[in-house]
Amino acid sequence: MRHIISILIENEAGALSRVAGLFSARGYNIESLTVAPTEDGSLSRMTLVTRGNNEIVEQITKQLNKLIDVVKLLDLSDGEHIEREMMLIKIRAERAHRGEITSLVEIFRGRIIDVTDASYIVEMTGSPAKLDAFIKAVHEEMVVEVVRTGPSGIARGAKGLVLS
Amino acid sequence: MELSGAEIVVQCLKDEGVEYVFGYPGGAVLHIYDAIFQQSDVKHLLVRHEQGAVHAADGLARSTGKPGVALVTSGPGATNAVTGIATAYMDSIPLVVLTGQVATPFIGSDAFQEVDTVGITRPCVKHNFLIKRVEDIATTMKKAFHLATSGRPGPVVVDIPKDVTDPRITIPYHYPTEIKMRSYNPAVRGHQGQIRRAVELMLEAHSPIFYTGGGVILGEGSEALIALVRELNVPITSTLMGLGSYPASDRQFLGMLGMHGTYEANMAMHEADLVVAIGARFDDRVTGHIEKFCPHARIIHVDIDPSSIAKTVRVDLPIVGPVRSVLQDMLKQMRSLKQKQQQPNHHATLQAWWQKIEQWRGMHCLRYDRSNHEVIKPQYAVETLHKVTGGDAIICSDVGQHQMFAAQFYPFEQPRRWINSGGLGTMGFGLPAAMGCKVAHPEREVAVVTGEGSIQMCIQELATCKQYDLPIKIILLNNGYLGMVRQWQEFFYDSRYSQSYVEALPDFVQLAQSYGHVGMRIERPGDLEAAMQEAFSMKDRLVFMDIIVDPKENVYPMIAAGKGHHEMVLSPDSELV
Ligand SMILES: Cc1cc2nc3c(=O)[nH]c(=O)nc-3n(C[C@H](O)[C@H](O)[C@H](O)COP(=O)(O)OP(=O)(O)OC[C@H]3O[C@@H](n4cnc5c(N)ncnc54)[C@H](O)[C@@H]3O)c2cc1C
Ligand SMILES: Cc1ncc(C[n+]2csc(CCOP(=O)(O)OP(=O)(O)O)c2C)c(N)n1
Ligand SMILES: [Mg+2]
Repeated sequence: MRHIISILIENEAGALSRVAGLFSARGYNIESLTVAPTEDGSLSRMTLVTRGNNEIVEQITKQLNKLIDVVKLLDLSDGEHIEREMMLIKIRAERAHRGEITSLVEIFRGRIIDVTDASYIVEMTGSPAKLDAFIKAVHEEMVVEVVRTGPSGIARGAKGLVLS
Repeated sequence: MELSGAEIVVQCLKDEGVEYVFGYPGGAVLHIYDAIFQQSDVKHLLVRHEQGAVHAADGLARSTGKPGVALVTSGPGATNAVTGIATAYMDSIPLVVLTGQVATPFIGSDAFQEVDTVGITRPCVKHNFLIKRVEDIATTMKKAFHLATSGRPGPVVVDIPKDVTDPRITIPYHYPTEIKMRSYNPAVRGHQGQIRRAVELMLEAHSPIFYTGGGVILGEGSEALIALVRELNVPITSTLMGLGSYPASDRQFLGMLGMHGTYEANMAMHEADLVVAIGARFDDRVTGHIEKFCPHARIIHVDIDPSSIAKTVRVDLPIVGPVRSVLQDMLKQMRSLKQKQQQPNHHATLQAWWQKIEQWRGMHCLRYDRSNHEVIKPQYAVETLHKVTGGDAIICSDVGQHQMFAAQFYPFEQPRRWINSGGLGTMGFGLPAAMGCKVAHPEREVAVVTGEGSIQMCIQELATCKQYDLPIKIILLNNGYLGMVRQWQEFFYDSRYSQSYVEALPDFVQLAQSYGHVGMRIERPGDLEAAMQEAFSMKDRLVFMDIIVDPKENVYPMIAAGKGHHEMVLSPDSELV
């Protein structure tokens, strides 16, 4: 099962390598990992996507919690949550295809942010599934390059994952 | 008070109440060594290899419960320390290891004797720090000691670049009395509802067993454990790491469980309807084949580290908390429950269970052949050691068959008397660990049970023992083999003894003498006891006893890979009942 885990972690040198090292040392897989400092500069927020059965994911959350630098952790998959991922995608766009691509971008609520006579760069945010769908829709042979951030996640509702 | 970084490091140790530091100097820690030179509260013991420094600090910690401290230089000093750090990590031993580092401007430039100590040690420490500013030393040291000793204990590495300890830069010194870390809050009390439920299960069970581990010793839970187990009249078994937390001579104690555990302990685990695991982590040496582990039992697991619970084995009732308070709460709740409920006589329910256990005991699984008067059996050597020391010595062990014989044949009555590397199984641990024990307990007998393979891995520490007059007794069970390896080769590789014969052994008697100690060689069973008496009567000398034992003796019982607790291989001698 796929799990998306949100982590508040001390913004210290080496904190990221503790998380990454834990996954490689214990043989857990990381599908994606995003990190950035929060509004409180002493904390970073990570969103980590992993796969495993319930026992493995339980161990993963326990082992993460055990890291001294981890302040708080939430398995977003346990409740309703929102995931968003950002993608930059460079697409072959000769004159003949431009109309079709432009309307696809509109349907997917993306934005064209760079244009040459042979290419577009499209910026798009959405659930990972939506980004997958867009890539499929433009046809593989048209895609020059894809950069994805991996999803960030947040739980629905009024409560926040913050220091209490 | 204005102090330099180096002086602050030493002052922090004083303020933590550290009496002894084991270490080895080098360029990156010269400022610290100079600060050590100029005071006398913190005593430094110079080892002969950094691995020895960390094992010695570890031995001190295991035998006292206080954190051990080691100090090594950057680069090779730090890498030599890694085996010691990993050893402590696997057994959850509180250590603070100070490593020198190249000066901050040089970090990352492949400078002389630079290694990424924080990176190398990260997977085998509870936590580690790289100090970048002299202002951060005091709080970092406080955090290091706090982390090492609280919750599930473990080693903490503090990496200190040379410029941070510069004697020319002084700052006001203040050691924090308390430290709070928002990201670190170990459990202080178990969940009362869960504890109550656990007590109900204990009172309902027909064939319960307590399975206790190193956590009882680490958490000072021995007294509370004894009270609870006696009141419940349940059988109890212990892991290798928990030996001594419950008196071995007590009727309710079934001996060690697991791969080389007793028949009665393993059979009782297999047939139990309730297993109460306390401060034990269901290691693979203990469980045997997981699918066959405790097939009939509900499992209660008390541990301070949530990640120990349900890691390898399903648990029916988890309790996260420190052993001592949880055990005390259990006893309290049990007494009030018994009063309220007018329970049917719980002790009577257990009668059938005890009968079964006595039958298993009747197998005498640890029996060995005593008929041979020519060859010393290793088991006999350990029994003699027990007799001569009155069962009251601190016994440090290396790793191998001799370790198992010591665990099986030296009954430990108290915690912190049995010092050995269980999790990592580090050959070479015994002698340096004994130095730490002896330094901390000068009044007590300290003996090392070792093999001719293991002792050679840190033999250089004989010089340290000489320099500081540490009259340790070394009991070398010399079988001429890497015996544990040889046993596996006999059982599982058709006796193809690949590289397990230790050829070209030194003359240990002369070797001991050349280090300035007393050496003895004993070859006949009839000479052993008198020789050991003599060795232990030399109160102020290190005596190295090279005891030539049966080269082909095996450790029994044994659970082979893939087998369950009820599928032990028993000694051919055990059937002689
Ligand atoms: C050659 C060899 C053979 C071996 N054979 C055997 C064998 O036959 N049988 C055997 O048992 N072992 C054997 N071992 C040892 C084995 O490898 C493990 O080291 C050992 O079984 C682990 O013991 P433990 O479960 O008590 O855990 P420890 O490693 O002692 O762990 C302690 C547990 O207690 C918890 N804890 C710590 N402090 C507290 C506290 N205050 N409150 C609550 N919980 C706490 C920790 O979180 C941890 O989960 C052998 C080792 C070697 C080298
Ligand atoms: C550093 C290290 N290397 C290798 C091993 C693997 N090993 C475990 S027991 C053993 C043999 C130990 O021989 P000895 O010290 O003579 O003890 P004996 O088993 O003969 O009593 C070996 C090689 C180990 N545990 N530690
Ligand atoms: Mg040997």
